[in-house]
Amino acid sequence: MEGLLSLAVKAIFVENLALAFFLGMCTFIAVSKKISTAIGLGISVMIVQSITVPANNLILTYLLAPGALAWAGFPDVDLTFLGLISYIGVIAALVQILEMVLDKYFPPLYNALGVFLPLITVNCAILGGSLFMVERGYDLAESVTYGVSSGFGWALAITAMAGVREKLKYSDIPDGLQGIGITFITAGLMALAFMSFSGVKL
Amino acid sequence: MAQTKRELLVDPMVDNNPITLQVLGICSALAVTSSLQVAFVMSIAVTLVTAFSSMFISMIRNQIPSSIRIIVQMVIIASLVIMVDQVLKAYAFEISKTLSVFVGLIITNCIVMGRAEAFAMKNPPVASFLDGVGNGLGYGLILMMVGVIRELFGAGTLFGVTILETVNNGGWYVPNGMLLLPPSAFFIIGLIIWAFRTIKPEQVEEREYKIQTVEAH
Repeated sequence: MEGLLSLAVKAIFVENLALAFFLGMCTFIAVSKKISTAIGLGISVMIVQSITVPANNLILTYLLAPGALAWAGFPDVDLTFLGLISYIGVIAALVQILEMVLDKYFPPLYNALGVFLPLITVNCAILGGSLFMVERGYDLAESVTYGVSSGFGWALAITAMAGVREKLKYSDIPDGLQGIGITFITAGLMALAFMSFSGVKL
Repeated sequence: MAQTKRELLVDPMVDNNPITLQVLGICSALAVTSSLQVAFVMSIAVTLVTAFSSMFISMIRNQIPSSIRIIVQMVIIASLVIMVDQVLKAYAFEISKTLSVFVGLIITNCIVMGRAEAFAMKNPPVASFLDGVGNGLGYGLILMMVGVIRELFGAGTLFGVTILETVNNGGWYVPNGMLLLPPSAFFIIGLIIWAFRTIKPEQVEEREYKIQTVEAH
């Protein structure tokens, strides 16, 4: 339990997907102009992340890992090279299913988040989360924790960024830095601030 | 065909650079630039994937039903990335370890998808191939610039060869450790964008709010 808690804190602050690994930067820069949209996107990322990381973990353990197909009578098969294509397939399919479920059963939520869902398939943070899960060899409990907390960390970062940018648009910025230039520098300063968490030990 | 082949190749490098102007594919651009060698391998990988995925998608563009085009594009891109990944693991294992998840993330690199969607779906294979090469090189150009700055001033080396002898090894140069940390990449890209836009003022973005001088009463 303690291990999971420290994993969660680490995924939210120290190894924040957006600010320490630069994942999901395209959307991070493009959709952080208003706080309300940023929160909507943040929540969608968190939901999708909490579903896809454990789902990909199951796929890895029961289908792809060396010897994982033993239950089907193929103990020598190693399908890890199909990893990338399976993860992205799972992500694309899950996002599509989530979109349809929300549309059918939770229309208000769909209206709020619907526009962001297609964007999420190509968000590096989602695929990145699954790939980190594979690389670090998380088990199922750890993947659930990691999925939820890394998604939360990303949501936190984009919301904070949107807050800064809402104020920033009133400032007198040099012409060449206007727009994405100053956004990058702001993101750099935020990343520096998040790095101060790296001393935290649990 | 409005653009000549040369324009297709050169245009994305400066005038319409994917990173500084189109804001695509920054995710990996920042993470892999702390050493030049890794940045170089990454640029080649992205250029190859963009070029070939654009070409293949353009070849079958008239057969793809538009409702499932994203999935079809994904499958093509993912297969190419798997090939790159396997080749790197076989012949450059050390580098593939350093790149870790970022090779896989070429799949979701917005440059590849962006060019497939914006260019390859509407243009013939050869033009799409050149457009892919051009955009890949434009991406590589920025990656190498950031890589040179970070490795030279952060560690005193270029491609692992010592240029500035650091104090730790008995030299004179005190390396700027911050450049090896992730946030510095943001600052460097921000400054590169500033430089690009100072040279080419037409790329400057419109202000949302104009600052007006009010006369004192």
